[in-house]
Amino acid sequence: MINDTVPIGAWIEPKSRLLDLGCGDGTLLRRLIDDYQVQGYGLEIDPDSINQCIQKGLNVIEQDLNKGLKNFPDNSFDTVLMSQTLQALRNPHLVLDEMLRIGNRCIVTFPNFGHWQTRSFLAIRGRMPVTKQLAYQWYDTPNIHLFTYKDFEALCSERQIKILKRTFVGSQFLGLNSLCPSLFAKTAVYHLAK
Amino acid sequence: MSSDSSLSSSPDNSLGATVPQAAAINRPMDLVCGANLPSHSLIFETYGILNKARSNAILICHALSGDHHVAGINAEGKVGWWDHYIGPGKAIDTDKFFVVCPNNIGSCFGSTGPTSNNPRTGKAYGDSFPPIQVRDWVESQKYLMDHLKIECWAAVIGGSLGGMQAMCWSLAYPDKLKHAVVIAAAMRLSAQNIAFNEIARRAIQSDVEFKDGHYLDHETSPKQGLALARMIGHLTYLSDDALGRKFGRLVNGGDIGTTEKELGEFEVASYLNYQGDKFSQRFDANSYILITKMLDHFDLAQDYNDDPAKAFGHAQCQFLVVSFSSDWRFSPLCSEQITDSLMSAGKAVSYIKIESDQGHDAFLLPNSRYQKAVSLYLSRVSNELEESSL
Repeated sequence: MINDTVPIGAWIEPKSRLLDLGCGDGTLLRRLIDDYQVQGYGLEIDPDSINQCIQKGLNVIEQDLNKGLKNFPDNSFDTVLMSQTLQALRNPHLVLDEMLRIGNRCIVTFPNFGHWQTRSFLAIRGRMPVTKQLAYQWYDTPNIHLFTYKDFEALCSERQIKILKRTFVGSQFLGLNSLCPSLFAKTAVYHLAK
Repeated sequence: MSSDSSLSSSPDNSLGATVPQAAAINRPMDLVCGANLPSHSLIFETYGILNKARSNAILICHALSGDHHVAGINAEGKVGWWDHYIGPGKAIDTDKFFVVCPNNIGSCFGSTGPTSNNPRTGKAYGDSFPPIQVRDWVESQKYLMDHLKIECWAAVIGGSLGGMQAMCWSLAYPDKLKHAVVIAAAMRLSAQNIAFNEIARRAIQSDVEFKDGHYLDHETSPKQGLALARMIGHLTYLSDDALGRKFGRLVNGGDIGTTEKELGEFEVASYLNYQGDKFSQRFDANSYILITKMLDHFDLAQDYNDDPAKAFGHAQCQFLVVSFSSDWRFSPLCSEQITDSLMSAGKAVSYIKIESDQGHDAFLLPNSRYQKAVSLYLSRVSNELEESSL
C-alpha cells in the first residue's frame, strides 16, 4: 500500500521523534529512519507485519489503534504519521484528534474514494469498487470508512485542524492530479497541525 | 516465577547432557541492605561456544523457583526449564550464542543461600540469610561475568522475576549489555501480587515444622506449608481457561459417583497437590520467603523519583518486551507500562503481546508466535555481532 512516491520527506525534520500509526511491514518507517535518522516507533497489530518490522531492526509496538492512544503523553512526538490506515479505523475522527494531541505535526495519507476509477466502477457497474488500491470485496474489506479528499477537508474544518500542506499522488498523466485532484488523485497526502 | 516443566518431554534439537559448573567468589560482596556476604559460590550451566571476541554471551535470569538447569538434560535425567527455547536452532540458538545461566544467591540449588554454611558461624544461614534484592542478584551475576571474562552481554534475557533482573542490568551496568529481553515482567508488583506472596509466606510460617525459620536446627521440614504456598502460587500462574481445558470437572477414576460411595477427587485437586508436594521436596522454605520478599520490594523507579522514564534514561541497550494475553499476575498492562516508559525515555524498544490462554506460565511453554518473535529478534542481535566484527 505504501507508495514510494509519497512526498512526505520534506515535512520531516532530521533526527526528530516520529510515531508511525499502523506501520505495516515497516518499509516506510525503515526508509524514514535511513533517510532522516528519525527516532521512530511504529504501532502495528498484525503479527506477521510485526515480525517483519523486528527483522528490519525497527522499534515496533503491538497496539490496537481502535483501543485508543491514551498511553502517549501530549506533544510527545514531533510527527505522528498514518499511512493508508485512516479508512480502516472504527473512529477515524477521534484518532485524528489523538494524533494531533500526541504530535506537533501530523502526516496522513489515504485513498481518495473520489478517484474516477472508483466513481465509474460504482456509476457504471453499480457495484462497490474493487481497485488496486481498494482491493477487497465489500463484505471482507478492512476499509470500513470510504471518503474523498473533500470529505476529509470538511472534517478538518469542522474539527479546526489546520492543513499546512496537501499533495496528491496517482495520475499517470502529469498535471491532472493538481488540475483536478477530486477525479485524478489516487492517494491524498496531508500535513496537519492543531 | 516458574513452574516445573520437567514433565514435558525433550523436544528435538536438545542440547543433550549438561553439566553444572561452579564459581567461587572469594571476596566479600556488599548487599543493598547493608550486610555483606564474606564469600559466595555460584552454580551455573553454559551452552554453546564463546566466540573469540567474547561478544556472543547471553545471560539467562531465572525466576522465583528456577535454577541453573535451563536447557538440555542433567545427570538426573531432568529436562531444563526453558528447553523449548534454548538449543541448536532454537529461539535462543546455541549454534550462535554462548548461553550462561546461574542459580542465584538466596536460592537453593547449589549457589550460596539459606541452606549454605555461614563462614562466620560455621552453621547454615537459615533464616539469618540477609534480605537480598534484585540488584544483589545482578551484582552477583556481574561477578560471574568477570569470572567468565565476558566484557558485554549480547543480551540479558528473563521472564517474570528474570525480566526484572534484565531491566535492573540495563540500569546498573548500562554499558555491559546490548539487549534486554523482558518477558512477562513488571516494574513493580501490584498490591494483589504482593498479597498473593504474603499468603504464600503465611502458609509456610504456619507450618509447625517451620520453627520460626530454624527448621534446619530442629531437623524438621515445613513441607506442608511450602506445598501449600506453591499451590497458591502455581494456581495464580495459570488461567481459568487453561485449567478448565486441561481438567474441567474430571474426577480421578471416572465421573463423580452418584452412589453413597466416597466422592472422587477432582483431577485439578490432585494435580495441584502433586505440584505442591513435588515442589516442597526440591525447594527450601527460607529461600521461598526470601525471594518472594525480593519480588515484593523490587521497584525499578524508586531511586529515580518514581519516574520510570527517568530511570530508563540511564539505559543504553535495546529492549524487547513480551507479554501474554491471559497473564493476570504480570498482566500485559505491566509490560505496556515498561514499553511506554522506554519510549518516553527515547530508548529502542519493541513490544509484542502474545495470545495465549496459559496465564503467566505461558512464558515457559511452547508457543509458535512467541518462539518466532524471540528468534527473529535474536537473529538481529546475532547479525549485529557479525557486522561489528567485520
